[in-house]
Formats: sequence, structure tokens, C-alpha cells
Amino acid sequence: MSKHIQQIKPVLTSILLASVAVVPMASLAAVEVTPKSAPNAAVLTGSTFTPPDPSTIPNDEFGKMVQLGRNIMFESKKYAPQYVGNSLNCVNCHTDGGAMAGSAPLWGAWVSYPAYRSKNKKVNTYEDRLQGCFRYSMNGKMPPLGSDVLVALSAYSYWLAKGLPTGDTKIAGRGYPDFPAPKQAPDFVRGQAVYEANCAICHAANGEGRVVNGTVVFPPLWGAQSFNWGAGMGSIKNAAKFIFANMPYGQSYSLTPQQAWDVAYFMDGHERPQDPRWEGSVAATRAKYHDNKNSLYGTKVNGVLLGDTGAPKPFNE
Amino acid sequence: MFQFRSLSSSRSLFWPACGVILTATSGAVWAAPPPEAASCAACHGAQGEGMAAAHYPRLAGMPADYLAEQLHLFASGQRQNAIMSGMAKPLSAEQIKTLADYYSGLPVTMAAPAQTVPADLKPRGEQLAVYGDWKAGIPACFRCHGPGGVGVAPAFPALTGQSATYLDQQITAWKNGTRSGDPQGLMHTIALRMSDADTKAVTAWLAAQKPEAAVMGKTNQAGGAQ
Ligand code: HEC
Ligand code: HEC
Ligand code: HEC
Ligand code: HEC
Repeated sequence: MSKHIQQIKPVLTSILLASVAVVPMASLAAVEVTPKSAPNAAVLTGSTFTPPDPSTIPNDEFGKMVQLGRNIMFESKKYAPQYVGNSLNCVNCHTDGGAMAGSAPLWGAWVSYPAYRSKNKKVNTYEDRLQGCFRYSMNGKMPPLGSDVLVALSAYSYWLAKGLPTGDTKIAGRGYPDFPAPKQAPDFVRGQAVYEANCAICHAANGEGRVVNGTVVFPPLWGAQSFNWGAGMGSIKNAAKFIFANMPYGQSYSLTPQQAWDVAYFMDGHERPQDPRWEGSVAATRAKYHDNKNSLYGTKVNGVLLGDTGAPKPFNE
Repeated sequence: MFQFRSLSSSRSLFWPACGVILTATSGAVWAAPPPEAASCAACHGAQGEGMAAAHYPRLAGMPADYLAEQLHLFASGQRQNAIMSGMAKPLSAEQIKTLADYYSGLPVTMAAPAQTVPADLKPRGEQLAVYGDWKAGIPACFRCHGPGGVGVAPAFPALTGQSATYLDQQITAWKNGTRSGDPQGLMHTIALRMSDADTKAVTAWLAAQKPEAAVMGKTNQAGGAQ
């Protein structure tokens, strides 16, 4: 068990910290990324932006909205209960409450909207984009435009992005960093082995995470309390990128790219709540929204036709 | 002083009632200690509550798998401690399991912490425990050790109800290489990123928090919340 750590110790500070400066994002795909643990997801993104420290949130009306936005990121169900339908919190996929480069930071998003999105084939404002997170990632209900929840998240994002130029939609650190395509097609069985060795200690063998005294400690990766089939994390590619940069927790970039692809396939090869854009049948929903190689929805994995769970369950507050 | 009841074969049946009675008459002990535990009480207390003044850790209510693993690590030398390796080496795997299950099943009965956090350490200590410092690669302690640091079975020990010195010594031991063998190097990785000042601040803060009233191992369950 300690084999892993022996490798990390000597190389960690020297090589990885040095690479912050020398590995720009564009060249990453060409570099053979060897497994070792980096301090955080920002390391391989080339990001140089530092968002302001939370202790500097102003103590006034604006600051109150910023703080509410931050609270929603960390404790979504507590601060936006009417819109959250599962046991996830935004921070689960946006490390450090949306402040961390390489973990889809809110500051990287803030300066990139309004933008055209192929997901709904129109130009989306930032609030439109936030609505999608509630509908899919949180398996909930979209907060109305102009509602306190969206105003608070916008205020927090704006505050985090202080000093960044707007319109640079490719700012370093935005989204999850690109990384090498898999050498072998992602595989369920190999993914399961990666999962058992690296993830199950926290997310549990059945993928449902762990709850202590009513609080979710390790969030569910699949099942009724996780993100639904319409969520970004349901794309194997997004999931692989997120996992490579952010998981196992505290050990960024410690998996090989192949391991990240395999375990993403394994995770996204499990059942989860129905896509709210349900077209009446799995086949029709796949044809309209999932007809690409990064979605396993509507395909048979490990003997199960994924998504074959009927119409979406109505959301109750 | 204490009530001893032999429930060894049907202990689990009594758990639902246990929490209730506990709060009413704190100090009740449920299972008779196995004979192996006789030599442990001198340091870890009659109820596994530890001895904060001497920096002997509490064992009560810790995840059983975690306790068993530590005894194996003391025996193998991956976790180095003169006292405990001497205690652990003679134990058979079966005795280790008996002891781990016994201490894990004991309620957490420590008195309110005697220590308070020095004002200069408080903000940094609390920040690390609740939010971490991601710039330095330190995730929040509570993200892995559970809300309020109550521990998460099977692998994550509780951090409350221990002396600051004990907690500090453990992080320092990982940094010095005298403690290893933790699962996936999860804690070792983080300890290596903690400065001495961070270690001091967070352990002082943790030691001043109230130990939980509930036995975490029994309240933990898999599956989504609510
Ligand atoms: C299950 C994981 C998950 C959860 C939970 C989640 N998100 Fe996301 N989020 C994603 C993924 C995946 C993306 C797409 C990232 C990409 O395209 O690179 C994303 C993208 C975003 C973006 C756009 C980022 C960009 O750069 O364009 C915003 C803003 C956002 N999420 C906000 C939120 C908020 C607010 C919440 C909570 C209400 C939330 N997310 C919850 C996974 C999640
Ligand atoms: C040490 C515990 C730990 C390990 C090991 C771990 N995770 Fe996580 N994982 C977490 C925590 C904690 C979060 C929430 C992060 C946050 O809120 O900052 C999380 C979040 C996630 C999420 C986004 C939230 C969700 O529920 O969908 C995914 C996906 C994920 N982990 C996948 C993995 C995979 C795959 C592995 C193995 C390669 C892994 N994790 C290993 C603790 C862990
Ligand atoms: C003479 C005092 C002494 C006795 C007797 C003793 N211990 Fe310990 N124990 C310690 C000390 C000191 C430590 C902390 C060691 C370290 O710093 O690594 C410890 C640590 C432990 C730990 C690790 C706890 C943790 O949170 O990681 C376990 C488990 C343990 N002891 C079990 C036992 C058992 C079981 C017995 C009886 C068979 C026993 N001890 C007898 C002093 C003692
Ligand atoms: C990524 C998950 C993770 C995070 C975050 C984490 N720990 Fe741990 N910690 C562990 C694991 C796993 C163990 C058990 C190690 C073992 O089995 O040897 C542990 C053990 C410990 C121990 C030894 C406890 C004992 O009874 O001997 C201390 C002290 C500790 N952690 C302190 C901290 C502090 C302080 C923080 C926050 C700065 C922290 N941990 C954050 C995973 C984590």
C-alpha cells in the first residue's frame, strides 16, 4: 500500500511544481503523463489566475449575495432546497466551491458567457447555463431567471472572476483539462478494477457513497441520488477529464489517462435517474440527445439496457 | 463504578436502545471486555476513552477495520511505536479482530475537551478542518474524516476526542516516514503537504472540539442522504 507514496515523495515537489510553469495546456496531449500525485487540479492547466480569498467578501448587501452564492456551492440542498433533487452539492464537481482551476471554476465560466451551446441550440446567458446544472447535475428543478438563487450564484461567480478579461473563452484553467485520448477503447471490466483499487474506499463498492449522521461525506457516483442522464458528468469524456484532474480526492493526476477513461466508463455504465428530456422511449431519447460515443445511455452495458427506467420521476420539493 | 453486561453474542440487538440510555446515564459499558483488553486499559482507559494527558489515543467508537489495521501495522513495523509494537506483536489475527470489534463498539464518553484553541491558531485551524487549503493541496479534514471529524467507517478514524499532541505526532510521523501503510497513501500524501505551523494550528483546533455523542460506526450507512 505504501508503494504508491514512495514514488510520490521524491518527485512531487521537484517535477510537478516545476511543471506548473513549463507545461502549457496545449502541449499536454503530447506529453506522456506518468502517474504521480499533484497538489491540485490546477497544476497541469497552466492557469496563473488567483481568485480573491473568501475572507475578503465585502460586508455589505452585495457581499451578502456573494456569500449566499458560495453557500449554495457548498451546501446546495440547504441553501437552494426547492431546486435540488439529489444528495449532491455543486462543490462535489467544482472543487473549492468553484474556485479551483481544472475543476470547471466559476470564474472561467463567468467570463465566457453569453455563448452558443449545441446542447440546447441557442445563445445561453450565464443564468441559462446555471439553470442546466440544477436540472441535470442536481436532478432538480430550474430556478427561475432572476431568482435569488441564480442572482447569488452569478454574484459569486462575478466576484471570483475579479480582474479577468471577459470574452477569453479559452482561459487557462477553464473546464477540466484536456488530456490524451485512450490508447485502448475504455473498458468496463478494467474500469471496475480501477474503481475497486482507487475509489471504493470512499464512494463505496455500490457507488452510492457514504453518509454519516445524515450528512453526505462521499457523494454517490450513480444510483437514485446522483446526477441524471442529462448531466455533463454522464459523458465519459467529461467524467474522465474530471477524474484524471481531481480524483482520487487529494491525489490529482495520480491515475494514468487510460485508468481515468476506464473508470469513467465503468461509472457512466451504471443506472441513474432518467434524462428529463425523455422522448417517450430509450431509443428515441438516445437518438435525439445521446447519439455519440461518449454516452452509454440507451446502450447495453454489462447486460443492462441503460436508461430503460421509464419516464422521469416528478420532482417533489 | 461501571455496569458490565455480557452481551457478546447478541450485542447488535441492543444497539438501537443504546444511544438513548447512554445520554441518560453516560458511563454504561455494554460488552464485558475480552480478556485481551485487560492489558490495554492502563493506557487507553477502562472505556477506551484514552488518556489525553499522556497522549494515549481514544479507541472507543473508532471504525473496527481501522483499529485492526493499525494493530497489524504496529506489528509489521510500518507504524513505528515502541510501546504499541510490543503490545501488538504477540496478538493473533483473531485477537486483533476481537479487540478492534470491542473498542469500536464502545460509546464515545469523553468529557468536554479541556483544551481551548489559542487565538492565533484558531482561524487557520478552522479553515483547514472545514475548507482545507487547496492551493497547498490540503483538502478539508472533514471531507474525509466526516462532519465534525466523527470518522467514516471503514477507513477514516475520528479526529475529535484526541489530544492535540497525539494528532500532531501522527502527522509528524507520516512526514518523518515512521508511519506508513495508510490506504492508497491518502493521509500520507496530505501530511507531506502540511507545514509544521499548519499541523499545529489544525491539531489544536481539532482537540478543542466536542467529541461526538454518537458511536459513528453504527450510524454510518451507505446510500444517498434524505
Ligand atoms: C455531478 C457533477 C456536477 C455537479 C454536482 C455540478 N456540476 Fe456544474 N458542471 C459539471 C460538468 C461536467 C460541467 C461541464 C464542464 C466542461 O464542459 O468542461 C459543468 C459546468 C458548469 C458550469 C459551466 C462551466 C464553464 O466553464 O462553462 C457552471 C457555471 C456550473 N457547472 C455550475 C454549477 C453549479 C452552480 C452547480 C450546483 C447547482 C453545479 N455546477 C453542479 C458537473 C457538475
Ligand atoms: C479519499 C476519498 C475519495 C476517493 C478515494 C475518491 N473520491 Fe471521488 N470524491 C470524493 C469527495 C470528497 C468528493 C466531493 C469533492 C468535493 O466536494 O470537494 C468526490 C467527488 C467525486 C465525483 C463528483 C461527484 C459525484 O458524485 O459524481 C466523481 C465523479 C468522483 N468523485 C469519482 C471518483 C473516482 C472515479 C474515484 C477513483 C478513481 C474517486 N472518486 C476516488 C472522495 C473520494
Ligand atoms: C503503555 C501504554 C499502552 C498500552 C498498555 C497500550 N497502548 Fe495502544 N497506544 C499507546 C500509544 C502511546 C499509542 C500511540 C502510538 C503512536 O503514537 O503511534 C497507542 C495507539 C494505539 C492504537 C492506534 C490508535 C489510532 O487512533 O490510530 C491502537 C489501535 C491501540 N493503541 C490499541 C491498543 C490495544 C488493543 C492495547 C492492548 C492490547 C494497547 N493499545 C495497549 C499506548 C498503549
Ligand atoms: C483524502 C482523505 C483525507 C483527508 C482530506 C484527511 N485525511 Fe486524515 N486520514 C485519512 C485516512 C485514510 C487516515 C487513516 C490512516 C491509516 O489507516 O493509517 C487518516 C488518519 C489521520 C490521522 C491519524 C488518526 C489516528 O487516530 O491516529 C490524523 C491525525 C489525521 N488523519 C489528520 C488529518 C487532518 C488534520 C486533516 C486535514 C488537514 C486530514 N487528516 C485530512 C484520510 C484523510
